[in-house]
Amino acid sequence: MPDDLCDNCGSRPATVNLTQIENNEMFSYHLCEDCAAEKGLETTSEPSGSSPLPDFLAQIGDEPRGEGDPDSECSFCGLTLTVFRETGRLGCPHCYETFESHLRRLLRRVHGGTKHVGKIYLPPDPTVSEMEKRMEALRRKLHRAVEAEDFERAAELRDRIHSLELV
Amino acid sequence: MNDFTTIPDYGLSWLEASGEHSDIVLSTRVRLARNLQGHAFGARARVNDRQAVLANFKGVLGRSESLMNGTLLEMPDLGPRTRRILLERRLVTSDLLGKTEGDPPVGTAVHFSHRDPLSVMVNEEDHLRIQSLLSGLRLQESWRIVDELDEELGRELPYAFHHEFGFLTSCPTNVGSGLRASVFMHLPGLVLTKEIGKVLQSLAQVGLTFRGLYGEGSEVVGNFFQVSNQTTLGKSEEDLVDHLDKIVRQVIQYEIQARQVLLRDARGVTEDKIWRAYGLLRYARALSFEELMNLLSGVRLGLSLKLLPGLRVYTLNKMMIFTQSAHLEQAVGRDLESEERDSHRAAYVRRVLASEGDITPNP
Repeated sequence: MPDDLCDNCGSRPATVNLTQIENNEMFSYHLCEDCAAEKGLETTSEPSGSSPLPDFLAQIGDEPRGEGDPDSECSFCGLTLTVFRETGRLGCPHCYETFESHLRRLLRRVHGGTKHVGKIYLPPDPTVSEMEKRMEALRRKLHRAVEAEDFERAAELRDRIHSLELV
Repeated sequence: MNDFTTIPDYGLSWLEASGEHSDIVLSTRVRLARNLQGHAFGARARVNDRQAVLANFKGVLGRSESLMNGTLLEMPDLGPRTRRILLERRLVTSDLLGKTEGDPPVGTAVHFSHRDPLSVMVNEEDHLRIQSLLSGLRLQESWRIVDELDEELGRELPYAFHHEFGFLTSCPTNVGSGLRASVFMHLPGLVLTKEIGKVLQSLAQVGLTFRGLYGEGSEVVGNFFQVSNQTTLGKSEEDLVDHLDKIVRQVIQYEIQARQVLLRDARGVTEDKIWRAYGLLRYARALSFEELMNLLSGVRLGLSLKLLPGLRVYTLNKMMIFTQSAHLEQAVGRDLESEERDSHRAAYVRRVLASEGDITPNP
């Protein structure tokens, strides 16, 4: 039927319903599988209870098996890549270095990137660059609080920045 | 001995239904996952790792304004029923109590602040899980409460932090900010008008996820949904929280619209459903927990639509918590078989409605 054609290409049959919220409005599109895939949609996914863990475990399982030695082991906690693939859990902070290249790919798929942009932790004996990063993150927060006219929060953030400047 | 009666507000201050949109949004939770350098976490943690983490945390208690004068409960010290009560109040997770029956792992504990609706689980999947649970929709406030404690703890404890990946966590789905913000919503309008599928599908497209009442993998019962951020890395904490807040407010608007549609197009059927739910709660002699949740959903909708005058959201929230099995057993003072539980549950509901929700319908 002609009205079952894809809203995007207009040639292939539409089999996917896409609902998007843009600028507070909901839009519905009927797309063919190819156009849906172009928009980054999994056409086989269902709108049912999405639990991040099983999706995530499936993604670990998708890793090309040739990548990384399955027997490579974290020197601190003894976790192997094989056990990580089974459980989806790392064993210690050191694991992030042991399995870094493997994790980098995984993080890109799960989070869309690898770079943390939020709070910066300042160790008890910080380096100058750690201090600077931390200050920068706090100034960003302060700017945001001022824009939102949240002056109580802004005052609290100014105190935090001030206490760092004294160090 | 320490038990749940020593927890400030019994950990139930969110029941008061004081927050914004509290007829639709039951509660808001923000939690941060943090780990300490030099110790294995989760399943790889040995007894000495867990003991050291707990000792480190205890060392900070006297120096932190948020934690001072609070209550620390060590899981192995608690009786099984007390532990289940904490679980039913959503103050601890089943992970903290250990996967198997029997005693929880050494070093597992939960601390409650005296000042804020704020708690810290120690030696759960991550060394520390800082969380704040508030009534209604209050994401920014909840974030601020955990952020403040995180600042205090971070000054004292050697957090595991990576220059690129951020705060390191046991599960890579939490790495970066370690922040999970979730909003517990009641969406019967969208379910009854069959719009819910579309809404849930759109949530996934904007980086959010939903689940049922009791966290990961649990079923949706009584039209209650928990909506939370899916990713934790690559966005600032404020962005994650504001984004969830914005989308949740849209979902609330859709829910309100759906309810208006129900009243406009199916008022008779809707009213009948609501009054039947009330009648069953008021007079039934046995109720399973699932049936109760479905009936409470109907009554909650009625209250929100102002069809059941004189009933308070607080009463309904309270019934959700105190009708769970460990709470019923605590009230009776002994273990209960499943059938007994159903009749005690119904008796509790009748009693509460008789004293707090005895409403006279218009003829």
